[in-house]
Amino acid sequence: MSSPAVFVSELTKTYDTGVKALKGISLSVEEGDFFALLGPNGAGKTTLIGILTGLINKTSGEARIFGHDMPKDASRAKTYIGLVPQEFNFNIFEKVEDIVVTQAGYYGIPRSEALKNAEPLLIDLGLWEKRNEPSQKLSGGMKRRLMIARALIHKPRLLILDEPTAGVDVELRRAMWIFLRRMNAEGTTVILTTHYLEEAEQLCRTVAIINKGEILINEPMQALLARHGEEKLEDIYLGLIEGDAAKKTL
Amino acid sequence: MMRKEVVRIFRIWAQTLLPPVVTTSLYFIVFGTFIGSQLAPIDGYSYIQFIVPGLIMMSVITSSYMNTVSNFYFAKFMRNIDELLVSPMPDWVIILGFVSGGVVRGLIVGFFVLGVSLFFTHLAIHSVLVLLASILLTSVLFSLGGLINGVFAKGFDGISIVPTFVLTPLTYLGGIFYSIQQFPEFWQKVSLANPILYMVNAFRWGFLGVSDIPVWICFSVLLAMTTLFLCIVLWLFKSGVGVKA
Repeated sequence: MSSPAVFVSELTKTYDTGVKALKGISLSVEEGDFFALLGPNGAGKTTLIGILTGLINKTSGEARIFGHDMPKDASRAKTYIGLVPQEFNFNIFEKVEDIVVTQAGYYGIPRSEALKNAEPLLIDLGLWEKRNEPSQKLSGGMKRRLMIARALIHKPRLLILDEPTAGVDVELRRAMWIFLRRMNAEGTTVILTTHYLEEAEQLCRTVAIINKGEILINEPMQALLARHGEEKLEDIYLGLIEGDAAKKTL
Repeated sequence: MMRKEVVRIFRIWAQTLLPPVVTTSLYFIVFGTFIGSQLAPIDGYSYIQFIVPGLIMMSVITSSYMNTVSNFYFAKFMRNIDELLVSPMPDWVIILGFVSGGVVRGLIVGFFVLGVSLFFTHLAIHSVLVLLASILLTSVLFSLGGLINGVFAKGFDGISIVPTFVLTPLTYLGGIFYSIQQFPEFWQKVSLANPILYMVNAFRWGFLGVSDIPVWICFSVLLAMTTLFLCIVLWLFKSGVGVKA
């Protein structure tokens, strides 16, 4: 049996400030899944993603990517991951194509091969015409798509998207949904964090809701929705978060 | 990473390559030609010949340091350091990438300054090997120094404090413009605490064959400091201090 795309067990993270961002969470994301990681701001989503991608050191517990331990076997684990972070974080003075091709170099892909790989990707994401433009000249939506192109240049098996559609207009959001669905259908495991719960409901097969560093639920989307009858994901989510807050107040 | 660095250095050449060349040319004109012509030779060389190696070294030190400190801090500030940290590149490769940028810029600037100096004086080369080894090691050392500064910098002030208040005084007092043999014994001993003195003297020995300090001591200090800085940088990247969120 193959290892899950992501396996997390008893994972904790306490920052130097004393903030406990993760309080011993455990979850598993199967290969090929489209997984929604939901939660309010400060819930621990970005910390979890940071640990999985090597941007944040864990305090304790276990995190594995396709069976490879983070951080012990980080070099191997990281080859499988493509990350689309929340904030635009490319060099604004670099050209679009250079950003994508340089990123490929960080994964050991020769420049000539990276240029070949970049072409269909940039065409697919509507950036081909802008490939020689400095990235600062792109619109917000284009910048968002550039982040996706950069994350996909090394053909990762696991794509992690941290609020990829924040601030994106409806038309572009729908286009991104189609693109992500296609990536997933082609075998890429996708983890999505979003505040648009309708987006998670439309796209994802499994959902985990995290609040204050703890996992509140982690189950298939259809099973969750079926269990709550007529309720939408948004109602279930609000019920859980508010219920959790009330429980902690008591 | 190195390709990206070299492209950046040449893309903004007016910021990265031109200023040190212009500044050093002014040193050649003012200290070398106007004031130097009225000074007695030092160790058998005219004043301008004496100061050329030190001025080349000064521009290499400043350029290497500023390249890595500003580049690393900018990458941290814009968070494009994350591009590197999420990749499978081991820490030492990332460090090598930043350091190679500093070394390339330092050596290009040094080469240009050397070219400008030839308009003012002629220079003989005593030992090519010592010249190359001293300039390369110094460039690596200060690229690593810039990286350490960049890791700890919490704002744009943080990347200018060390160059302004530490590096510049140490460089000016590092035997570029004088021989410490001209000092009283006490100040000679105090000068020995300045690491830049060893680099300038090793480089000067490579050109002129004269040095205030035996060359093997200069290289021992250079190697020891480079190893120390490399260990510090490796530890900072491994622990994530100032690098990761």
